[in-house]
Amino acid sequence: MVFFLTKRLIQSVFVMLAVAFLAFSLFRYVGDPVSQMTGVETSVEDRERLREDLGLNDPFVYQFVRFTGDLLKGDFGYSYRTRQPVAEMIASRIPATLELGLVALMISLLVGIPAGVYTALRPRGFATQTILMLTLVGVSIPTFVIGIMLIFFFGVQLGWLPTFGRGGTVSVGGWETSFLTIDGWRSLILPALTLGVYQLTLTMRLVRAEMMDVMQSDYIRFATARGVPMGRMYFRHALSNTMVPVITIIGLQFGGVIAFSIVTESVFQWPGMGLLFLESIRFVDIPVMGVYLVVIAFFFVLVNLIVDLLYVLIDPRLRISDVS
Amino acid sequence: MLDFIKRHEGLWLFTHSPSVMIAAIVALAILIGAVFAPWIAPVDPYDLSSFSLMDGLLPPVWEEFGTSKFPLGTDDQGRDMISSILYGARLSLIIGVCAMAIASILGVGLGLAAGYIGGRFDAVVMRIADIQLALPAILTALLIDGIARGILPPELRQDMRVVVLTLAIALSLWVNFARTARASTFVQMNKEYVQAAMMQGQHPLRIMFVHILPNILGPLLVIMTVDLASAILLEATLSFLGIGLPADSPSLGTLIRIGMQFLLSGEWWILWIPTLFLIALVVSINVLGDFLRDVFNPRLR
Amino acid sequence: MLRVENLTVKFPSRFGDFTAVQDLSMTIKPGEIHGLVGESGAGKSTVGAAIIGLLQSPGYISDGTMMLGDTDLRGLDQQEAHRLRGKRISMIFQDPQTSLNPLMRIEDQLVETILAHEDISAAAAKSRAIDLLEEMGIKDAASRMQSYPHQFSGGMRQRVVIALALCTNPELIIADEPTTALDVAVQSQVLDLIRRLAEVRKVGFMLITHDIGVIARIADTVTVMRHGKGIESGPTAQVLGNPVHTYTKQLMAAVPPLDRKIDRFMVPEKDDIVTPSMNSGAQAEAWLLSGTKSDPIGLSLSDIDVTFPGVRTSIFRKPDPFVALSEISFDVRPGSVMGIVGESGSGKSTLAKTLTGLVKPANGTMTLGSADLPGGKTRARKHPSRQLMQMVFQDPFSSLNSRHKIGDILAEPLWLYGLVKDQKERQELCADMLGLVGMPPEAINKFPHQFSGGQRQRIAVARALLARPKILICDEPTSALDVSIQAQLLNLLKDLQKAFGLTVIFISHNLSVVRQMSDDVVVLRNGRIQEKGPSEQVYEDPKADYTKRLLELTPTMPSQWMS
Repeated sequence: MVFFLTKRLIQSVFVMLAVAFLAFSLFRYVGDPVSQMTGVETSVEDRERLREDLGLNDPFVYQFVRFTGDLLKGDFGYSYRTRQPVAEMIASRIPATLELGLVALMISLLVGIPAGVYTALRPRGFATQTILMLTLVGVSIPTFVIGIMLIFFFGVQLGWLPTFGRGGTVSVGGWETSFLTIDGWRSLILPALTLGVYQLTLTMRLVRAEMMDVMQSDYIRFATARGVPMGRMYFRHALSNTMVPVITIIGLQFGGVIAFSIVTESVFQWPGMGLLFLESIRFVDIPVMGVYLVVIAFFFVLVNLIVDLLYVLIDPRLRISDVS
Repeated sequence: MLDFIKRHEGLWLFTHSPSVMIAAIVALAILIGAVFAPWIAPVDPYDLSSFSLMDGLLPPVWEEFGTSKFPLGTDDQGRDMISSILYGARLSLIIGVCAMAIASILGVGLGLAAGYIGGRFDAVVMRIADIQLALPAILTALLIDGIARGILPPELRQDMRVVVLTLAIALSLWVNFARTARASTFVQMNKEYVQAAMMQGQHPLRIMFVHILPNILGPLLVIMTVDLASAILLEATLSFLGIGLPADSPSLGTLIRIGMQFLLSGEWWILWIPTLFLIALVVSINVLGDFLRDVFNPRLR
Repeated sequence: MLRVENLTVKFPSRFGDFTAVQDLSMTIKPGEIHGLVGESGAGKSTVGAAIIGLLQSPGYISDGTMMLGDTDLRGLDQQEAHRLRGKRISMIFQDPQTSLNPLMRIEDQLVETILAHEDISAAAAKSRAIDLLEEMGIKDAASRMQSYPHQFSGGMRQRVVIALALCTNPELIIADEPTTALDVAVQSQVLDLIRRLAEVRKVGFMLITHDIGVIARIADTVTVMRHGKGIESGPTAQVLGNPVHTYTKQLMAAVPPLDRKIDRFMVPEKDDIVTPSMNSGAQAEAWLLSGTKSDPIGLSLSDIDVTFPGVRTSIFRKPDPFVALSEISFDVRPGSVMGIVGESGSGKSTLAKTLTGLVKPANGTMTLGSADLPGGKTRARKHPSRQLMQMVFQDPFSSLNSRHKIGDILAEPLWLYGLVKDQKERQELCADMLGLVGMPPEAINKFPHQFSGGQRQRIAVARALLARPKILICDEPTSALDVSIQAQLLNLLKDLQKAFGLTVIFISHNLSVVRQMSDDVVVLRNGRIQEKGPSEQVYEDPKADYTKRLLELTPTMPSQWMS
């Protein structure tokens, strides 16, 4: 077990290093950092001095090590566009994106898992066929169109919910949260639905496939032959076995949540990291792009480590070595 | 004929599921419309002289003020919506198909080789795939687009848009193919016909492409369909975000972005008709993909 | 106790109804072990599933009565049927590896089953579970019960499965191939356990199996099934010792005896094969004989060790390598048949892979004829041994590429080794070779899935012969086949070996089959040779304890039953 987790930890460090390298290459080779930081009027000597100060003349490996070291220290450099420290810019955007992603993920799991179980247990029912058809349409509608539709119906036609921004937020220890005001929640509903629907269809289809697989397994047939009560069989035997692969995929889905939050944030003008990233792409603001990458990869790796832990908790085969 | 259909699982299922047949017809119709757009479309939307502002904002024919000259209405520039949509679908499909083709060649090649060779090579390919997974498709595509903006000289940027967009989408989709190909190859590697070929001393390339590849085509075909849908969605999304194709050569996504400006003003057709078209296209591709999955994976039925 | 009359089970499909079981009748008394024997597709598992009410959809019982005591099993609604399962009828499945929920402790699985049927306290259920496990021969049951399934060995797991089936004292247990996945020694213990439970607890057993030896060993009564019908039924000694029906007689004649070597099996040849057309392999035979430039060659191994990297459990320590084969030395005489016998995990398949160059030995040398035979990747792709040694694999469903036509599969060795240059000549030779192995030559235009397992195995033999080999390695070539098909294939292999002076290495877990085939034999266990020598000597007068025990525990029929 310890070995399994250490192995995953080492792999995670490897992924982080690779992403850091990507961010570094972006910074170093896409456009010239010096000309981005200076104006036309800067003299050649000044440019050369800046180049020397930034250490751009140092050997490649040395530069990369320093870049990574700076990242670890939390020194993320300055934005080309706003001249602000990138760390501050990103940090102020993290709460919005995380809260949005969290609520979307909750929608996806709380609706997706029961729906998946239901459609697996009644594969031929009318409700199942309808749900399956709906999910198929669900994965086929681009996230931004879902957003537009929700805005159109609930915002424009019915006028029930706000269609842009976060509404009222409260600062708790520097963390701007929407969870504590009614206005905040109202603003959160449409974006979270937009982001959640796509993930929901994925979760449901996955749970269904795995559950149907498990229901065919020998141990379920054996449990049926022993007369284990149906409810216990579905939820204790089948669902727990379904969870092992499902959890893995949910870890991967988190990446999707973050990615699609870019789209959702753009549609709803939600002031999160995704919107910042979009702006930075439009203005070729390389430092912000690079740091965004690193932050996203960090969250991804973190979530997947948690998934591995859960994995170990659920599956005794990973916890306890076997007889041989 | 009937007997033939009965004997072929896939054909039989096809003729017995109306939704799949409808999807096939819709997909085929859109495909034909897109391929032959230059001959079918009433006007060329890229040609500024072929439309005039005088015809701007006309509604579809069944609405008040609609004319049969523009059955689905016009946009604010006076462009015929049908022509814009057909040309847009053409561009969306070209980018989608090319991206999917590049991604599948790259992904299947790497996945097949990783599964066959195993060891270090496999480990390296899979670690790269891991990193790619940490950066989801939209992000990768946006990133490549951003890099292209930084690297390409401004005068090339417009000309290279389609190429950059296609590459960006392809590079964000190859992992799916690689992982599926690798997993299926592993299954085949344990089959005795592969061992037979190996011990006979057949060339590794022959074993990979003549023996293994035909046996893993089923799951790959499913991924191809699903990823074609993803590619089209991704292109639409990128264009919607204003990072894909510009307004003078609009894809479906660009059309929707333009239509967004009319969300509140009553000219609903400029937004919703291209949107419906995009959804119909992607839904029918996904229905077909789902059908293929059922055919190749009967236990899920 | 159990009375089944005229049971008919149908599976509707778009090609019309398929009748899986037709008009089957049988009775099982308390304490009786009733064997249900037949080849694959006979419908024996369907009978068991119908009785316990677990027919796979869309199968249904179209006719017949099933009475358990006074209860009409067909008259129960779904809930009643589910309450009855476990309470009065229970079931044991083939594979103990997959029958237990891997995420639940043994205790939880036992206790939940008891509590599902009886209104007793959890503590009482637990103590009964402990008693039961001890009765099944699991020592220290109270603490072992806290373990998860993966912490038990295969045999122990099957004991747990039996305990689970027994824990609510059912009247009838349906055992579907309960020992097929087990090794001989464990199989023997499990069979003893079933026998004892029938005698002591008066549980009725329906023992479904393809293995006539198992039936002969413990069944009181037997029903022979074929194509869904009951062929013959009655006390075991009468049905198997003095069969009336032709099919039962053929079946008995196809069973390889353990206690003697017979020349050939008295089975109808090619019964599933279309009448061969005019050219029945004469051209292929001549071609093969003309290629025998020199005399047959032998093969020898000396001190072969094979190790695999172990599973890594720590980042700091190198994993202990897993020793698959250790100090393997033997000589295969030119033109003789070397039998290699061993249970699962004995390393016999690794041995085949080492010989064919798929696995590289860590130590030792191999010699083919008089030339050194390099191992693993050091064997060049164009090494002559690749042609001289050919192999017939175990699984006929995976050994032929399902996407290629039979003609292409067969022609592959011909062009690969440059034996026949002309495309048309190749196809003619392939067609004729099919005739030689008892297949219609038209088969070259078909795909593998259009043939049965036995037919595919013949095609695999044809493919091997088309390389004009001198050495033929057969790795469990009949273990996936029914006993009558096995007999046909063994006859074919014997004929070919004699006709072309092939040197054959015949690998199997089945002692009886190896005895029928081999001149010499090697007994493998855990990667080591336990015994080797001329096969008559090893079988008649085994020296190693392991060989003795194997011969003793293998379920066989009394020899007077086998005329």
